Parts: sequence; structure tokens; C-alpha cells
Amino acid sequence: MEELKLYTYIAVFGSFALYFAIAWWARAGSTSDFYVAGGGVTPLQNGMAIGADWMSAASFISMAGLIAFLGYGGSVFLMGWTGGYVLLAMLLAPYMRKHGKFTVPEFIADRYYSRTARIVAVVCLIVASLTYIIGQMKGVGVAFSRFLEVDYDLGLYIGMAVVWVYAVLGGMKGITYTQIAQYCVLIFAYTIPAVFISLQLTGNPIPQLGLGSTLADGSGMYLLDKLDLVVTDLGFKEYTTDNMGGTLNMFAYTLSLMIGTAGLPHVIMRFFTVPSVKAARSSAGYALVFIALLYTVAPAVGAMARLNLMNTVEPVAGQNLEYAERPQWFKDWEKTGLLQFEDKNGDGKIQYTANAETNEMTKVDRDIMVLANPAIANLPNWVIALVAAGGIAAALSTAAGLLLAISSSVSHDLMKGVLTPNISEKDELMAGRVVMTISIIVAGWLGLNPPGFAAGTVALAFGLAASSLFPALMMGIFSKKMSGTAAVAGMCAGLGVTMLYVFQHKGFMFIPGTSFLGGLEENWFLGISPNAFGAVGAIVNFTVAFIMLKFTGPAPQEIQDMVDNFRVPHGAGKAHAH
Amino acid sequence: MEHKTTYWQENLRLIFICLIIWFVVSYGFGILLVEQLNEFRLGGYKLGFWFAQQGSIYTFVGLVFWYTRQMNKLDAKYKVEDE
Repeated sequence: MEELKLYTYIAVFGSFALYFAIAWWARAGSTSDFYVAGGGVTPLQNGMAIGADWMSAASFISMAGLIAFLGYGGSVFLMGWTGGYVLLAMLLAPYMRKHGKFTVPEFIADRYYSRTARIVAVVCLIVASLTYIIGQMKGVGVAFSRFLEVDYDLGLYIGMAVVWVYAVLGGMKGITYTQIAQYCVLIFAYTIPAVFISLQLTGNPIPQLGLGSTLADGSGMYLLDKLDLVVTDLGFKEYTTDNMGGTLNMFAYTLSLMIGTAGLPHVIMRFFTVPSVKAARSSAGYALVFIALLYTVAPAVGAMARLNLMNTVEPVAGQNLEYAERPQWFKDWEKTGLLQFEDKNGDGKIQYTANAETNEMTKVDRDIMVLANPAIANLPNWVIALVAAGGIAAALSTAAGLLLAISSSVSHDLMKGVLTPNISEKDELMAGRVVMTISIIVAGWLGLNPPGFAAGTVALAFGLAASSLFPALMMGIFSKKMSGTAAVAGMCAGLGVTMLYVFQHKGFMFIPGTSFLGGLEENWFLGISPNAFGAVGAIVNFTVAFIMLKFTGPAPQEIQDMVDNFRVPHGAGKAHAH
Repeated sequence: MEHKTTYWQENLRLIFICLIIWFVVSYGFGILLVEQLNEFRLGGYKLGFWFAQQGSIYTFVGLVFWYTRQMNKLDAKYKVEDE
């Protein structure tokens, strides 16, 4: 145990020292550096940075844990969070790069020739990004609570402080280079334990193949078949077919995550930092490769973690583990309050079943699975330490990217663009930092009672982005005639419908106790969960915009000429300010 | 002007092809047809399950690179390259 603690401190603080060193070395000078790193980042570097930016606590800490318990249903995260890059590479990134502005609301302001559009875009951006940060805070809280051995709330406060120091001092340039370092840390931290566990269970070191292989225990049974058998024996749904609320819900959920991916400003912003339109397209490709590395390993991590957990609790069928003999990892996670046991039948043994009345594992927070996984599989201590460092890297990098998107939209779009156009560069930077601080406090406070597991909370953020920003951006590029008023109406309708649906089920701004329909499945529209509702919101957005277009008439000729111009790559300069 | 329109139309055609494939491997094979495909197996994977958790992702990566290459050719053909 002492050894594990030592390694964890070395891994976490060592990687931190590295990030801070890089951030210091590359600290932001001018506003242009602060937002878009001066425009000189190569596609490969940018792809890696997008990968780190993208793969947050939700991907790293939470997703495989959710897959472990959702089985096939967890596929929505895998397809949704990768398929969005196809949309981004083909529908948005190259054209927005060509247009060459700093922020997403700035693009919207130009295309829809309206300050109202810009303000609405800022609101959409803040709502989506802030929700996203709540998910990160949950992940950071879980990671810090475990490795500092404190309860979740204290872990969260510490996480807030670290994110603050990190994001406020950095700026994008620091962040681009630190994110390359973070990508390396997190991908090693994720794949190494997966390789070990895959070897242990199947004898195949490649997790993607191990998941489809036979078990190494001599039974000759396929791993997934065994898992199906073990979980159905205890009354859970079959792992490989459990479809999370039905086909329509899965369809909507995946769609919501995909278009949300393409509509999230902190990701789109990344494409403003590459030197050319060509580089914008290839950056999306490289980013997807780096992301796919983790995303194809995740289902193996999930399935194998579930199997190991089941085998720990019930090593031989019918013989349950004595509570007194529970392994060290079990005790460690009990301290965080995220794993709870209650001996309902008083036999001193752990019964883990699908039946709520007899189940004695009364709380198994999904978000602990990835962090606990190496310990469950009895891997060496340095591997466990590495995973802690990776999880924190993932959460930090994304939180920083999101905070940057929020602060730039407030200081650059709202203040410099609309309210106080004569603000100096220095004051603009200062305002950005103040906004970051406020965002961290708000997100941290809401993170104390998050609206779901980290990945679920993040899914809500995607729904909000999907229903508001993505349709406006896409129509701006693909429909030359789309007018400003119509697009604004579409954004308001899409975001409005989605927020209404989400808040009535999850609570107003996720404040506990303010939800009036509860999270109850019976109240879901067509059985679509709030997390998946962004797809419906996006359809509403498109529909309202096209109907309104009939009344407002087409966009003016100079705007249509501008669209013609950004549809061809020729002559893109550096990203520039207004 | 004439020639920009055709560049744009060729681009739209490429996007359309890519998005059909994108839709088929994820929403088609991974969700709508998952039960039918699960009758088949790929090693220990049921085929529909494999598309949902592995196959669609590999296809996405291939698609983005293919599109990028085709667009670079198209840019050269119409002499609208950036740089």
C-alpha cells in the first residue's frame, strides 16, 4: 500500500510538473497567442492536441465504466464520439478555417450579419460548455478523492483549485503543447493496463482482438459469451444485446452525440489554429486516429472490468466472497463513498444481483471502474499510479479547453464585440481570466450533485450543442440563402426545446430538487432519454429555421458572396480579429 | 463563377457518398440491423455488436482520410489550393 501511494504521487506530481513547465515555457503573450496559438501548429500536433482536448474525464474515466454496465447499449458513446469527426471534417472545419476568425460566435456574427446572432451563439456556447465542465468536475473529484484518500466533495474542491491554476495561467498556446504531452500520458495510461488485462484473460496482448478471443482459462469459451452467461445468471440483461431503452433511443442518442461533437465550440476552435484549409481537413483525420486508439480499446476495458468484477464477487458460481475477505481496492473505494456494501441477509458474504431487494452492492459508481480496474486485475502498483495520472490529465486538458472557449466567447465576443468595443488587449485578457474563475466555481458547485455519471452529464452538453450551434453552422455553410433572423429563431427554438426537456427531467440548471418530472422513464417523449434529446432539438432547429426563411427572405447578396468565398480554400490567410 | 459551382458540386457529391457509408456502418449495421447481423460472428464478436463497438470507428477513420485525399485532388484540379 505504501508503495502504491508513493508511485501515485510520483506519477501525478511528475506529470503535473511537466505540464506546468511546458505551460510556463510557452506562456501567452498577446491575445492572438492566448486564443489561437499564432496559427502555426502542424496537423499532426493539432490532431494530438484535439485528441487530448476531446478525450476528457468522460472518455477516460467514465465511458468504459458505463459500457461495463450498459454492454451493447454503451455503443452510443463509442459511435457518437467518433462519428462526429466525420461531420466535422466534411461539413464544418475546412470552411470555418477558411473564413478565419477566432471564435465560433464570431463566425456566426459574420455569416448572419447580426449582433443578436452573436449573443445567442454566446449563450448556446456557455450553456453547453458549462454543462460539459460539470461532467469534468465529477471526474476530477472521483480521481482526486481516490488518490488522496478523501471523500468525493473534498476531492472536487482540490480539483477545482488545480484546474484554476492550470487554465488561467495557460492560454491556448501553453495548452496546445501541454495537450500533446497530456495525450501521450493519457493514451499510455489507458492502453497499458488494457494490454495487461487482455493478456491475463485471453493471452492476446491487443485489447481490440482480446475482446473477440477465447478465454485463457482453458475453457475454450469466448470472453463475450462467458460474460453474457455470468451476468444473465445473476439476473442482469445479456451484455452483448442490452440495448438501453430501445432502438429509437439508441439512434437518437448516437445522433445527438455525433452532431454535438461537431457543434462543440472548444473542438471547432482547434481548427482555427492550423495554417491552411488543407491542414484543417487532415487535422480532423489525425485527431480521429488518436481518438480511435482509445475508443477501440474502451469496449475491451469495459467488458473485461465487468468480468473481473463479477469474478471477484463470486469467484466460483454459488460461492460468494466473504465481506471480511474483500480485497484492498474494495476497501479503498469504500472510503470515497462511491462503492457501498450493505449486508442485507446478514450472512457476511457479498451478493451482487440485478434484484434491488437482495442486491448488497448498494452503490457501484460507474465512474470508479476504470480507475479501479488495474487493482481489480491485481496489476502492479506502477500501473495503477499511471492510470490515476492519466485520468487527471484527461480531465484537466478538457476542462482547460472548455474554459478557454467560454472565456473567449465572453471577453472577445460579448465584451469586445458587442458591449465595450474599445477594450484594451490587456483588459480583454483579464476579463477572460475572471470569466474562467467564475465558470470553475459554478461548475464545481453543480458538480457536488452532478446530474449523472460523468459521461452522462457530458452527453447532456452534447445534446445542447447539437440542438443549437451545429444546425446554425451547417446551414450557414450549405444554405447560401439562410437569413440571420431565421437562423436565430432556429437556434432559440432548438436550444429552448432541449433545455426544457432536459431541465424538467434533471432539474433547473441541474440544481437538485428542481426537476418536476423526475428522471422517470415513463415521462420520456417517445422513450427518448434527456441525454439523447439533442437530436430532436436539432431537427426542431432546422425546421424552424427553414420555415422562418420563407418569411424573412434570403440573406443579402454580399453575404451569399462571402459564403461562396469560404466554400473554396484558395487564399485563406491567418486567423484574424475583427 | 461557373467553375466554382462545379467544384462545389463535386465536393457535395463526395460528402454525400461519405455520409451514406457513415450512416450505414453506424446507424445501419450498429443499431437498426444489429439483431440480424448478430446472427453472424467475427471470432468471439457478434457481428452487429462488432460494428457498434469496433467496425464503425475504423470505417470513420478511413472515411475522413479518403475524403481529405479526394479533396486535395479536387483542389488541384480546379486550381483552388490554399498556400
